[in-house]
Amino acid sequence: MTVQLTHFSAAFVFALFASIVFGITHRETSRDMIRYGLYCFVMFLGGALAAGWAMWLVRR
Amino acid sequence: MANSTTAKTKIEPAQQSASTMAVIAPAIGWLIPGAGHLIQRRWIRGMLLLISIGALFVLGLMMQGHIYKANGGDILDILGFIGDLGAGGMYIATLAMNGGQGAIAFAIADYGTKFMIVAGLLNFIAVADAYHIAIGKKQ
Repeated sequence: MTVQLTHFSAAFVFALFASIVFGITHRETSRDMIRYGLYCFVMFLGGALAAGWAMWLVRR
Repeated sequence: MANSTTAKTKIEPAQQSASTMAVIAPAIGWLIPGAGHLIQRRWIRGMLLLISIGALFVLGLMMQGHIYKANGGDILDILGFIGDLGAGGMYIATLAMNGGQGAIAFAIADYGTKFMIVAGLLNFIAVADAYHIAIGKKQ
C-alpha cells in the first residue's frame, strides 16, 4: 500500500507529529507542553511556507 | 543511629527500583516508541509518542521511502542508518520484512526516507525523556 501526499500535506503531517514529540519531551508541565508544541508547529509550517514563497520570489 | 539504619533500609529498595527503571525504560522505549513512558504510567504522553513516531515511520514506508542499512559506505548513508536505527523495533521489523528497499525515484519517496530518519531521531529524544523521568529529573 502506498500513499501519495502533496508537498504541503507532507509538511503538515511532519510538522504535526514532530511538534507533538517536541512538546512532550522539551517541557515539564502539560500546559507548557501544549504551548511549546503549538509554537513548534507554527514555526515548522510557517518556516516551510516562508521558504516556499522566498523560492518563488527568487525564481521570478 | 537506629533511625538512620531504618531510613537506609527504606530508601535502598526505592533507589534500586529507580536504577532498574533507568535501564529498562530507555531500552523498551527504544524498541517500542513511547513504551518507556507507558511503563512509568505516563499514559497520555506514551500514547502520543507511540502514535506520532509510529505514524511518521509508517507513513515514510508507505511513501516508498528508503531504509538504510549498516553497511552503507557513504557517510550520508551511515548518518541515515543512525537515524533509522532510532526507530528500534519498527526498523528491525522493516528490515526483516525487506521493506524500504526501493530506490528513491521521486520527491515523495525522498520525503518518506526523511520521515523515517526523523522518526528514529525523535525516538532517541523520547528515550532520553523516559530516562530523565526514570531518574527523577523530570515529572
